[in-house]
Amino acid sequence: MLKRLFPHPLLSVTLTIVWLMLVNKVTSGNLALGILLGIVIPVMTAPYWPNRPKLRAPLMAAEYALVVLWDIIVANIVVAGIVMFKRNADIHSQWVVVPLELTSPEAITVLAGTITMTPGTVSATLSADGGSLLVHCLHTDDPDGIRDDIKTRYERRLKEIFR
Amino acid sequence: MDQDMTLLSELLVSVFLIVGGIFGLVGSFGLLKLKQTMQRLHAPTKATTLGVGGALIASMLYFLMIEGSVSFHELLITLFLFLTAPITANFIAKTFMQGDVPENELPQTGREFGWAVYDDPPSEEDEEK
Repeated sequence: MLKRLFPHPLLSVTLTIVWLMLVNKVTSGNLALGILLGIVIPVMTAPYWPNRPKLRAPLMAAEYALVVLWDIIVANIVVAGIVMFKRNADIHSQWVVVPLELTSPEAITVLAGTITMTPGTVSATLSADGGSLLVHCLHTDDPDGIRDDIKTRYERRLKEIFR
Repeated sequence: MDQDMTLLSELLVSVFLIVGGIFGLVGSFGLLKLKQTMQRLHAPTKATTLGVGGALIASMLYFLMIEGSVSFHELLITLFLFLTAPITANFIAKTFMQGDVPENELPQTGREFGWAVYDDPPSEEDEEK
């Protein structure tokens, strides 16, 4: 019964919270409407996510979010420095190939998004079989270091989150 | 005392606005200065995160400290920005590669298949093998 009502508890909670944030005022009426949406939308959209991935390590996911936020701030400053103080001829842009150990499409999507959001790197495309990721790097003299950084900092954590 | 607090919060809000403004400016400047399309792609996906981020933090602080109410809209804007910005960047990158980057300029995939922009994904027959 409970499973029928909440096929996707995390989505229900997220929807309720997002609704409350959207109306920007926490009242009992808004909360009731939010909970209603949190029940109705997952039930109606259930056919569209047949094999949804399970979040195995919620604490790890929180840590991941913090690490990424921190990296975004640090690297923003680095990129601003490159843009302002380097001559165009001194900016060495390179392609970096990142071989992937992740296999689930969701995990690869998160990784690619993270790479794009952390400044200095943009993920461009996947290999046709989804086995490696092509990343464009704004300025680096050490492409192997960038690759290893992505693998140890992000992919290792994602592997545990989407096991 | 109360006036000091207001002044302090106004200062804090201004600091975040200025930081956000500077990063927004640097991002736009990067768009002008960098010469290759792939390099230019870096500016808007990046500097905007801190540029917009600074403005959003300033807005939250303003509502919290001066208006005395909590505002969640900024958090949602951040969330939506983080969801949409990488997708836009990826679309632009792929479209650009399709038209202007020959395959032999790119490094090898290190796999049996080439990059998805140029190569077809494994067919079902391949998978059966």
